Amino acid sequence: MTKNEFMAELRSKLSGVPEKDAEDRLGFYSEIIDDRMEEGISEEEAVRGIGSIDEIAAGITAEISQARNKDQKRESKRKLKTWEIVLLAAGSPVWVPLAIAAVAVTFSLYAVLWALVISLWAVFVAFTATAGGSIVIFVVQVIYGNALAGVAILGAGLILAGSSIFLFFGCKNSTKGTAVLAKKIALGIKRIFVKKEAAK
Amino acid sequence: MDIQLKRGLLDICVLAAIKDGDSYGYKIIKDMKPYVEMSESTLYTILKRLETAKMLTVRSSEHDGRLRKYYHITELGLRRIEEFKAEWREVMLIYQFVSKEEEDND
Repeated sequence: MTKNEFMAELRSKLSGVPEKDAEDRLGFYSEIIDDRMEEGISEEEAVRGIGSIDEIAAGITAEISQARNKDQKRESKRKLKTWEIVLLAAGSPVWVPLAIAAVAVTFSLYAVLWALVISLWAVFVAFTATAGGSIVIFVVQVIYGNALAGVAILGAGLILAGSSIFLFFGCKNSTKGTAVLAKKIALGIKRIFVKKEAAK
Repeated sequence: MDIQLKRGLLDICVLAAIKDGDSYGYKIIKDMKPYVEMSESTLYTILKRLETAKMLTVRSSEHDGRLRKYYHITELGLRRIEEFKAEWREVMLIYQFVSKEEEDND
Protein backbone atom coordinates (compact mmCIF):
# COMPACT_ATOMS: atom_id res chain seq x y z
CA MET A 1 0.00 0.00 0.00
CA THR A 2 1.33 3.43 -0.85
CA LYS A 3 1.26 6.33 1.52
CA ASN A 4 -1.45 8.08 -0.48
CA GLU A 5 -3.65 4.99 -0.41
CA PHE A 6 -3.11 4.67 3.33
CA MET A 7 -4.00 8.30 3.94
CA ALA A 8 -7.09 8.13 1.74
CA GLU A 9 -8.38 5.00 3.44
CA LEU A 10 -7.73 6.32 6.93
CA ARG A 11 -9.44 9.59 6.03
CA SER A 12 -12.53 7.75 4.84
CA LYS A 13 -12.63 5.70 8.04
CA LEU A 14 -12.45 8.85 10.13
CA SER A 15 -15.59 10.35 8.59
CA GLY A 16 -17.28 10.51 12.01
CA VAL A 17 -14.39 12.39 13.58
CA PRO A 18 -14.42 16.22 13.68
CA GLU A 19 -12.65 17.63 10.63
CA LYS A 20 -9.91 19.48 12.52
CA ASP A 21 -9.12 16.51 14.72
CA ALA A 22 -8.96 14.12 11.77
CA GLU A 23 -6.66 16.45 9.80
CA ASP A 24 -4.35 16.78 12.78
CA ARG A 25 -4.07 13.01 13.16
CA LEU A 26 -3.63 12.40 9.43
CA GLY A 27 -0.83 14.98 9.41
CA PHE A 28 0.83 13.18 12.30
CA TYR A 29 0.83 9.79 10.51
CA SER A 30 1.86 11.37 7.23
CA GLU A 31 4.87 12.97 8.90
CA ILE A 32 5.99 9.71 10.47
CA ILE A 33 5.67 7.79 7.19
CA ASP A 34 7.70 10.50 5.45
CA ASP A 35 10.34 10.37 8.17
CA ARG A 36 10.56 6.62 7.85
CA MET A 37 11.00 6.80 4.12
CA GLU A 38 13.65 9.46 4.56
CA GLU A 39 15.63 6.95 6.60
CA GLY A 40 15.67 4.63 3.61
CA ILE A 41 12.75 2.41 4.53
CA SER A 42 10.60 1.55 1.50
CA GLU A 43 7.21 3.23 1.17
CA GLU A 44 5.44 -0.11 1.45
CA GLU A 45 7.22 -0.99 4.68
CA ALA A 46 6.93 2.50 6.15
CA VAL A 47 3.16 2.32 5.74
CA ARG A 48 2.96 -1.25 7.06
CA GLY A 49 4.91 -0.25 10.18
CA ILE A 50 2.13 2.11 11.24
CA GLY A 51 -0.24 -0.82 11.73
CA SER A 52 -3.67 -1.75 10.48
CA ILE A 53 -5.90 1.12 9.44
CA ASP A 54 -8.94 -0.48 11.04
CA GLU A 55 -7.23 -0.67 14.39
CA ILE A 56 -5.98 2.90 14.19
CA ALA A 57 -9.40 4.20 13.14
CA ALA A 58 -11.12 2.20 15.88
CA GLY A 59 -8.69 3.58 18.47
CA ILE A 60 -9.22 7.16 17.33
CA THR A 61 -13.02 6.81 17.23
CA ALA A 62 -13.01 5.28 20.71
CA GLU A 63 -10.87 8.11 22.03
CA ILE A 64 -13.05 10.79 20.47
CA SER A 65 -16.28 9.25 21.71
CA GLN A 66 -14.74 8.98 25.16
CA ALA A 67 -13.93 12.66 25.14
CA ARG A 68 -17.42 13.40 23.83
CA ASN A 69 -19.00 11.30 26.57
CA LYS A 70 -17.15 13.33 29.14
CA ASP A 71 -18.52 16.52 27.62
CA GLN A 72 -22.02 15.06 27.51
CA LYS A 73 -21.81 14.03 31.13
CA ARG A 74 -20.89 17.55 32.01
CA GLU A 75 -23.82 18.80 29.95
CA SER A 76 -26.32 16.36 31.41
CA LYS A 77 -25.22 17.50 34.85
CA ARG A 78 -26.12 21.01 33.88
CA LYS A 79 -29.46 19.87 32.49
CA LEU A 80 -30.21 17.98 35.65
CA LYS A 81 -29.65 21.17 37.57
CA THR A 82 -32.24 23.08 35.56
CA TRP A 83 -34.57 20.13 36.08
CA GLU A 84 -33.90 20.32 39.76
CA ILE A 85 -34.77 23.98 39.79
CA VAL A 86 -38.09 23.22 38.08
CA LEU A 87 -38.79 20.44 40.56
CA LEU A 88 -37.87 22.65 43.48
CA ALA A 89 -40.21 25.37 42.26
CA ALA A 90 -43.05 22.92 41.59
CA GLY A 91 -42.60 21.21 44.94
CA SER A 92 -42.26 24.42 46.92
CA PRO A 93 -45.80 24.21 48.47
CA VAL A 94 -44.67 20.95 50.06
CA TRP A 95 -41.09 21.55 51.03
CA VAL A 96 -41.24 25.21 52.04
CA PRO A 97 -43.62 24.60 55.00
CA LEU A 98 -41.62 21.49 55.87
CA ALA A 99 -38.40 23.49 55.86
CA ILE A 100 -40.00 26.22 57.98
CA ALA A 101 -41.20 23.53 60.43
CA ALA A 102 -37.72 22.02 60.57
CA VAL A 103 -36.19 25.43 61.26
CA ALA A 104 -38.85 26.11 63.91
CA VAL A 105 -38.22 22.75 65.61
CA THR A 106 -34.48 23.36 65.64
CA PHE A 107 -35.00 26.87 66.96
CA SER A 108 -37.32 25.70 69.75
CA LEU A 109 -34.83 22.98 70.68
CA TYR A 110 -32.19 25.67 71.10
CA ALA A 111 -34.65 27.86 73.01
CA VAL A 112 -35.47 25.04 75.44
CA LEU A 113 -31.81 24.26 76.00
CA TRP A 114 -30.93 27.86 76.74
CA ALA A 115 -34.08 28.37 78.83
CA LEU A 116 -32.86 25.57 81.09
CA VAL A 117 -29.52 27.28 81.47
CA ILE A 118 -31.15 30.66 82.10
CA SER A 119 -33.45 29.22 84.77
CA LEU A 120 -30.44 27.68 86.52
CA TRP A 121 -28.76 31.08 86.57
CA ALA A 122 -32.02 32.62 87.81
CA VAL A 123 -32.02 30.22 90.76
CA PHE A 124 -28.40 31.14 91.45
CA VAL A 125 -29.21 34.86 91.41
CA ALA A 126 -32.25 34.29 93.66
CA PHE A 127 -30.14 32.33 96.17
CA THR A 128 -27.44 34.98 96.37
CA ALA A 129 -29.96 37.83 96.60
CA THR A 130 -31.89 36.05 99.36
CA ALA A 131 -28.61 35.37 101.23
CA GLY A 132 -27.81 39.10 101.03
CA GLY A 133 -31.35 39.96 102.11
CA SER A 134 -31.14 37.66 105.12
CA ILE A 135 -28.26 39.73 106.51
CA VAL A 136 -30.38 42.87 106.27
CA ILE A 137 -33.33 41.12 107.96
CA PHE A 138 -30.97 39.79 110.66
CA VAL A 139 -29.80 43.33 111.46
CA VAL A 140 -33.36 44.66 111.45
CA GLN A 141 -34.61 41.83 113.70
CA VAL A 142 -31.76 42.39 116.18
CA ILE A 143 -32.54 46.10 116.33
CA TYR A 144 -36.19 45.33 117.09
CA GLY A 145 -35.14 42.83 119.79
CA ASN A 146 -36.06 39.68 117.89
CA ALA A 147 -32.50 38.31 117.93
CA LEU A 148 -33.61 34.63 117.86
CA ALA A 149 -35.68 34.99 114.72
CA GLY A 150 -32.90 37.10 113.17
CA VAL A 151 -30.29 34.38 113.81
CA ALA A 152 -32.63 31.75 112.30
CA ILE A 153 -33.05 33.82 109.14
CA LEU A 154 -29.32 34.51 109.00
CA GLY A 155 -28.70 30.76 109.26
CA ALA A 156 -31.09 30.08 106.41
CA GLY A 157 -29.33 32.82 104.44
CA LEU A 158 -25.92 31.25 105.05
CA ILE A 159 -27.21 27.87 103.80
CA LEU A 160 -28.45 29.60 100.65
CA ALA A 161 -25.11 31.40 100.23
CA GLY A 162 -23.25 28.10 100.59
CA SER A 163 -25.42 26.27 98.09
CA SER A 164 -25.23 29.21 95.69
CA ILE A 165 -21.45 28.65 95.50
CA PHE A 166 -22.09 25.08 94.36
CA LEU A 167 -24.82 26.31 92.09
CA PHE A 168 -22.43 28.79 90.47
CA PHE A 169 -20.14 25.99 89.27
CA GLY A 170 -23.15 23.95 88.17
CA CYS A 171 -24.42 26.90 86.14
CA LYS A 172 -21.02 27.58 84.63
CA ASN A 173 -20.53 23.99 83.54
CA SER A 174 -24.04 23.58 82.20
CA THR A 175 -23.59 26.76 80.13
CA LYS A 176 -20.38 25.37 78.72
CA GLY A 177 -21.99 21.99 78.08
CA THR A 178 -24.98 23.55 76.35
CA ALA A 179 -22.70 25.65 74.15
CA VAL A 180 -20.79 22.51 73.11
CA LEU A 181 -24.04 20.62 72.53
CA ALA A 182 -25.46 23.46 70.45
CA LYS A 183 -22.33 23.47 68.35
CA LYS A 184 -22.51 19.71 67.87
CA ILE A 185 -26.13 19.86 66.79
CA ALA A 186 -25.31 22.64 64.32
CA LEU A 187 -22.43 20.58 62.94
CA GLY A 188 -24.66 17.51 62.70
CA ILE A 189 -27.29 19.41 60.74
CA LYS A 190 -24.61 20.86 58.51
CA ARG A 191 -23.15 17.42 57.88
CA ILE A 192 -26.52 16.05 56.77
CA PHE A 193 -26.73 18.72 54.09
CA VAL A 194 -23.10 18.56 53.04
CA LYS A 195 -23.31 14.79 52.68
CA LYS A 196 -26.40 15.11 50.55
CA GLU A 197 -24.60 17.58 48.34
CA ALA A 198 -21.64 15.26 47.93
CA ALA A 199 -23.90 12.29 47.16
CA LYS A 200 -25.45 14.18 44.27
CA MET B 1 1.23 -3.52 34.19
CA ASP B 2 -1.44 -1.34 35.72
CA ILE B 3 -2.84 0.87 32.93
CA GLN B 4 -2.81 4.08 34.95
CA LEU B 5 0.77 3.45 36.05
CA LYS B 6 1.93 2.64 32.54
CA ARG B 7 0.23 5.69 31.14
CA GLY B 8 1.99 7.89 33.66
CA LEU B 9 5.33 6.24 32.91
CA LEU B 10 4.96 6.69 29.16
CA ASP B 11 4.19 10.39 29.68
CA ILE B 12 7.49 10.74 31.53
CA CYS B 13 9.31 8.77 28.81
CA VAL B 14 8.08 11.15 26.13
CA LEU B 15 9.07 14.16 28.25
CA ALA B 16 12.51 12.64 28.73
CA ALA B 17 12.82 12.08 24.98
CA ILE B 18 12.51 15.83 24.32
CA LYS B 19 14.32 16.95 27.45
CA ASP B 20 17.71 17.55 25.81
CA GLY B 21 16.40 19.20 22.69
CA ASP B 22 13.34 19.57 20.49
CA SER B 23 12.30 16.40 18.76
CA TYR B 24 9.66 15.11 16.33
CA GLY B 25 7.29 12.16 16.31
CA TYR B 26 9.35 9.58 14.50
CA LYS B 27 12.54 10.44 16.36
CA ILE B 28 10.79 10.19 19.73
CA ILE B 29 9.60 6.67 18.91
CA LYS B 30 13.03 5.70 17.62
CA ASP B 31 14.86 7.09 20.66
CA MET B 32 12.55 5.25 23.02
CA LYS B 33 12.58 1.95 21.15
CA PRO B 34 15.52 0.34 23.00
CA TYR B 35 13.68 0.98 26.28
CA VAL B 36 10.00 0.95 25.53
CA GLU B 37 7.94 0.17 22.42
CA MET B 38 5.25 2.67 21.62
CA SER B 39 2.80 2.80 18.75
CA GLU B 40 2.28 6.01 16.77
CA SER B 41 -1.31 6.25 17.98
CA THR B 42 -0.21 6.02 21.60
CA LEU B 43 2.42 8.69 21.05
CA TYR B 44 -0.13 10.99 19.45
CA THR B 45 -2.43 10.71 22.43
CA ILE B 46 0.39 11.33 24.88
CA LEU B 47 1.70 14.34 22.97
CA LYS B 48 -1.79 15.84 22.91
CA ARG B 49 -2.20 15.22 26.62
CA LEU B 50 1.16 16.77 27.46
CA GLU B 51 0.39 19.75 25.24
CA THR B 52 -2.93 20.30 27.00
CA ALA B 53 -1.12 20.03 30.35
CA LYS B 54 1.30 22.74 29.10
CA MET B 55 4.27 20.43 29.62
CA LEU B 56 5.33 20.85 26.03
CA THR B 57 4.79 23.24 23.14
CA VAL B 58 4.50 22.42 19.44
CA ARG B 59 5.89 24.31 16.49
CA SER B 60 5.81 23.43 12.82
CA SER B 61 9.04 23.78 10.92
CA GLU B 62 9.87 23.14 7.29
CA HIS B 63 11.98 20.15 6.59
CA ASP B 64 12.84 18.98 3.10
CA GLY B 65 9.93 20.78 1.53
CA ARG B 66 7.35 19.47 4.02
CA LEU B 67 6.20 20.48 7.45
CA ARG B 68 7.38 18.67 10.52
CA LYS B 69 6.10 19.21 14.03
CA TYR B 70 8.71 19.76 16.69
CA TYR B 71 7.96 19.31 20.36
CA HIS B 72 9.62 21.52 22.93
CA ILE B 73 9.60 20.77 26.65
CA THR B 74 8.42 23.55 28.96
CA GLU B 75 9.52 24.47 32.46
CA LEU B 76 6.47 22.56 33.74
CA GLY B 77 7.56 19.47 31.81
CA LEU B 78 11.07 19.60 33.22
CA ARG B 79 9.64 19.95 36.69
CA ARG B 80 7.43 16.89 36.09
CA ILE B 81 10.54 14.81 35.30
CA GLU B 82 12.19 15.94 38.52
CA GLU B 83 9.03 15.13 40.46
CA PHE B 84 8.97 11.70 38.89
CA LYS B 85 12.54 11.02 39.95
CA ALA B 86 11.73 11.98 43.51
CA GLU B 87 8.58 9.87 43.47
CA TRP B 88 10.46 6.94 42.08
CA ARG B 89 12.94 6.90 44.91
CA GLU B 90 9.96 6.36 47.18
CA VAL B 91 8.62 3.61 44.92
CA MET B 92 12.01 1.87 45.00
CA LEU B 93 11.98 1.90 48.78
CA ILE B 94 8.52 0.35 48.76
CA TYR B 95 9.75 -2.22 46.25
CA GLN B 96 12.62 -3.12 48.53
CA PHE B 97 10.24 -3.55 51.42
CA VAL B 98 7.85 -5.71 49.39
CA SER B 99 10.67 -7.90 48.08
CA LYS B 100 12.10 -8.29 51.55
CA GLU B 101 8.73 -9.58 52.76
CA GLU B 102 8.81 -12.19 50.01
CA GLU B 103 12.27 -13.32 50.97
CA ASP B 104 11.21 -13.67 54.56
CA ASN B 105 8.31 -15.84 53.50
CA ASP B 106 10.54 -18.12 51.42
